[in-house]
Amino acid sequence: MGQTKKIKVTVNGERIERDVAVRTNLSDFLRNDLGLTGTHVGCEHGVCGACTVRVNGQTVRSCLMLAVQVDDLEVTTVEGLADSGPVSALRAAFLKRNALQCGYCTPGMLASAIEYIEKIGDPDRKKIREHLSGNYCRCTGYQSIVDAICDVIQVGAET
Amino acid sequence: MKASEFTYERPTEISEALAIVAQEPDEKAFLAGGQSLLPMMNFRLAAPKTLIDLSGLKDLKEIVAVGDGLRIGATVTYSELGASALVSEFSQVFDSVLPHIAHSAIRNRGTIGGSVALADPAAEMPAVLMALGASVELASQRGSRFVLADEFFQGLYLTDRKDDELVLSVLIPNSSKSLSTGFYELARRHGDYAIAGVCISDDSRPSEAFNAPKVVLFGVSDRPLRAKSVEERLVGVARTDKQKIRSASEALSDLIFDSDLHNSQDTKRRLASVCVRRALEAM
Repeated sequence: MGQTKKIKVTVNGERIERDVAVRTNLSDFLRNDLGLTGTHVGCEHGVCGACTVRVNGQTVRSCLMLAVQVDDLEVTTVEGLADSGPVSALRAAFLKRNALQCGYCTPGMLASAIEYIEKIGDPDRKKIREHLSGNYCRCTGYQSIVDAICDVIQVGAET
Repeated sequence: MKASEFTYERPTEISEALAIVAQEPDEKAFLAGGQSLLPMMNFRLAAPKTLIDLSGLKDLKEIVAVGDGLRIGATVTYSELGASALVSEFSQVFDSVLPHIAHSAIRNRGTIGGSVALADPAAEMPAVLMALGASVELASQRGSRFVLADEFFQGLYLTDRKDDELVLSVLIPNSSKSLSTGFYELARRHGDYAIAGVCISDDSRPSEAFNAPKVVLFGVSDRPLRAKSVEERLVGVARTDKQKIRSASEALSDLIFDSDLHNSQDTKRRLASVCVRRALEAM
C-alpha cells in the first residue's frame, strides 16, 4: 500500500478520520473507503466530468485530486446534496425534462449545475452550455439538461 | 489508470520545500493544482518518487502589487485570477483568456504556476505571459532569479527551470496596464486544447495605428511562437485598415508549424493566420 497518512475531512457534513494511502485519489476514497458510490468514475484523467464533486463549495474533478489533499476540507457528493431549495427543484426539473437516461453523468451534472445556479444564475443557454462543457453526457444530447437548468433559474426568478 | 507509488510531503515553508527538492531533484515533482500532473501520473507518463504538495505554502497564494508590477503567486488558480480586480486592472486580456482554459471544475484547481512550469505547447498562459512581457520568478537553495517569459519557454514541456527550482510567482510588469490586447483561439469543443490560438499586445491606444505589436501563437509548435514577420508588417497599420491587417496576418511563411493528429502543418498555418486576423480585428 505504500505510505499512508491520516486525514480529517468533512464529507456531506460528517466529520471523518481515516488513514489513506497517499496515492489514492479522492474519487476512489469516496467510493471504496466511504462507500459513497454516487460519485461516478469515467475516464480517470479529467475529461468526462462524471466524478465532479464539491470541495469547500467549488466543483473539482475528484479523479484529479488526491484524498490526502482534502485534509481539513469539506467535500460534498451527490449523496450530500440537500433535499430542499434549488437542489430539490433541480432534481424535479431533471425528471420532468428527461435530463437523464442512463444516469452515469448525472451526479457530476448536478454538481456543475448547482455551482452555475448559485454563482452565475443566468438563464442564457450559451452560458449554461459553456459551464457544462466539462461534463460529458452520451445519452441526452444536452438539450434537456440545459432545459432543466433554465427551468430552475426562471422559476427561481419568478418567486 | 492509477498512479504508481510515491511518497508525499506537504511543507509549510518555502525553505522547507526547497530543502526537500534539493535532495535528488530529478526524482521529485511539485504538486500545484494537479490538473495535468495527476492525469500524467494516472497514465504513468510521470512517476515521481516524491510529490511535494505546495498547498501549505500560503505565500504562493497571494496576488500583490509590488514596485515593478503585479506579483501573482504560483498556486493562484485560474478561478482566483478571474475573480481578482487587481489582475483585471493590470490587463483586460485575462478576462478574454480565462474562459478558454479548460472547464470550470479544472479552473477551480489549475494554477498559473503549474501551467508555466509544465509548458504545454497548447496552453494559453505561456503565450499570454510572453505577450505581456512578464517574467517568471524561480527559487532554489542556490538562490532566486527572474527569467523573462520570452526566454523561459524552450520546447515541448521544456523550460529554463532546473529540477531543484520552484516557480514562486509570475511578475506582470506595470507597462502591461497601458497595452491593448487581443486574443483568439480555435478549439473543437469549448475548453478543449487549442488547435491554434494567438495572444497579441501593442502599446498604442485603440484609436491609433499599431506601434510595437507582439504576436504570440500557441498550439501550433512545440512552444509559444513569436510571429515576427506579422509584427513587422503591422507597424504603422491603422486598426481600421482591414486589407493591411489581413495581409499582415498571412505573413507566417517564415515559421515552422507542427502538425497534430487531426491537422497538417498547412492547416495549422492557415488556422493560425485566421486566429491572428480575428484577434487583430477585435482590438
